[in-house]
Amino acid sequence: MTPAPRPDERSEAEPPDVPGFRTWCSVYLFVFAFFVLVVVLLTVFTRVFS
Amino acid sequence: MNVADWVVLLGTIVGIAAYGSWRTRHVRSLDTYLRGNASTGWGTIGISVMATQASAITFLSIPGQGFESGIGFVQNYFGLPLALIIVCAVFLPMYRRLNVYTAYEFLGQRFDGKTRLLGAGLFLLQRGLAAGVTIYAPAIIISTVLGWPLDLVIVFTGLLVIVYTVTGGSEAVALTHKWQMAVILAGMATAMVVLLLRLPDGLGFTGAAHVAGALGKLQAVDFSLDPSRRYTVWTGVFGGLFLSLAYFGTDQSQVQRYIGGASLREGRLGLMFNAVLKIPMQFVILLLGALLFVFYQFAPHPVFFNQAEWRRHSQDDRFRALEAEHASAVAQSQSAIRGWLEARASHDTAREASARAVMVAASHRTDAIRAEAKAALVAADPRAKTKDSDYVFITFILTHLPHGAVGLLVAVMFAAALSSTASELAALGTTTTIDFWRHFRPLATTDEARNVRVARRFTALWGVFAVAFALFAGFVENLIEAINILGSIFYGVLLGLFLVAFFLRRVGGGAVFFGAVTAQALVIVMYFSLNIGYLWYNLIGCAACIAFSVALQAVMPPRPRADQGRAG
Repeated sequence: MTPAPRPDERSEAEPPDVPGFRTWCSVYLFVFAFFVLVVVLLTVFTRVFS
Repeated sequence: MNVADWVVLLGTIVGIAAYGSWRTRHVRSLDTYLRGNASTGWGTIGISVMATQASAITFLSIPGQGFESGIGFVQNYFGLPLALIIVCAVFLPMYRRLNVYTAYEFLGQRFDGKTRLLGAGLFLLQRGLAAGVTIYAPAIIISTVLGWPLDLVIVFTGLLVIVYTVTGGSEAVALTHKWQMAVILAGMATAMVVLLLRLPDGLGFTGAAHVAGALGKLQAVDFSLDPSRRYTVWTGVFGGLFLSLAYFGTDQSQVQRYIGGASLREGRLGLMFNAVLKIPMQFVILLLGALLFVFYQFAPHPVFFNQAEWRRHSQDDRFRALEAEHASAVAQSQSAIRGWLEARASHDTAREASARAVMVAASHRTDAIRAEAKAALVAADPRAKTKDSDYVFITFILTHLPHGAVGLLVAVMFAAALSSTASELAALGTTTTIDFWRHFRPLATTDEARNVRVARRFTALWGVFAVAFALFAGFVENLIEAINILGSIFYGVLLGLFLVAFFLRRVGGGAVFFGAVTAQALVIVMYFSLNIGYLWYNLIGCAACIAFSVALQAVMPPRPRADQGRAG
């Protein structure tokens, strides 16, 4: 019932093709680091204004 | 609203719907109809994922939340980036590799046909009712404040979304999402700029932020481990992770947004786009609400923001006395805030502390009068709706924005309602076609044109069901909470099914099916016999589904090999 797998999905390990990032793992690490930075900035915001 | 507002409102909302229908009127391929254009890039996918999640209630309720309780609600989104990383790394590659149209097809391939039907059935039950609420909830607020007939707003919204979603399917949904998000962002930016410009002279953003902070509205993060606190970093990270994983990983209305596209890369980058932007976006919307709170310290405002409800019950002198008391308290609060700002500028610590205490006391007095007003409403009519925070932002829009901008902001509400409803209808139509109709009529799968026709009919049918449900929704007390409870009862087991599928390779179809059914029965029995917060049923359902599946697999015969156990 389900169509055959797409040929382009063979290469899941293909690079993200984003400048500065060679692997998807590095993209995920960047997003996680950005999340931590946002939490830190929100903490600073809370300290400054509360 | 004047002519300029109507031109902006109808021009944007009807224009976008007409454009979406016209551009996608020739869609004949099932793949394009269900998954969207095969060349869709990550930007379109990212915006579509964002537009699906952002319903009209997001833009009506969240500023009200910031006004009433401050910006701590932003912590609820802390689990979202982590969940999206997991979806990118685990869920999305699997969906793409198996080339599925729905998330529940994956359950069929991993387990068996009955587990797939169970997952798809749980989704249809929950999302089918939620689609009606997505139309009803903003319609009741918009019709109340603008004095429009509720049924007309519901039917207008419903017909508009049915026309373009049925015409172009997933491609029309993604196409219109881009323009609807543009309207939403332009409208919210306009509201923020007008709000900042209308703050009292000399206050500015920094001054307003200091006032909001001193009055307890800007505590964005709370690291407390106290379980009685509603929003903390920990509940946000752990609870938010769990809820976001269920929503983005297993809900077809989201899965359908990112499984299409040109490649796996586009889907992943679209999701990472949301992982980066979602928290800042919610922060800005909540901050708008907190700044509205400061604005209303200096501007006249009603004691109760849902004025239609207030006028319906406020016939005796007690209500007049409350209104007068509130006006006096607001004037005192304003004076106390000005006193605090002067004391703060003097750099005299003792004077500043004393002025702050006076300002906080004055603010508490205003809050107490608002609470008294709500109590008076309930005393006059026990069925009166006392939650008025959803009406704060729309009141500001209608009373303080210039003409043209009012039309744009009302268009924001409609655009948000249309964007989330369109994704829901497309997902409901797709799931019904693929997981039920094609499952029971496997010979029909080869006739592509017939499949597209059937998908269109099911999408239209769900649209009509959503509109009909919205039209009769007013008869249900606490409707939104009822739907949230229903969602929490079923969401946990649905996520449990997928987590077993992805991470517990030894568990087979028989064990997971009966494990899920038992877990669902347990959740329903607990709901009717215990008195705990309904959000906990997400966790309980998921944990019970996993535990029962593992336990049953331990006593059942080993699962057959993958090539023997697949149901097509």
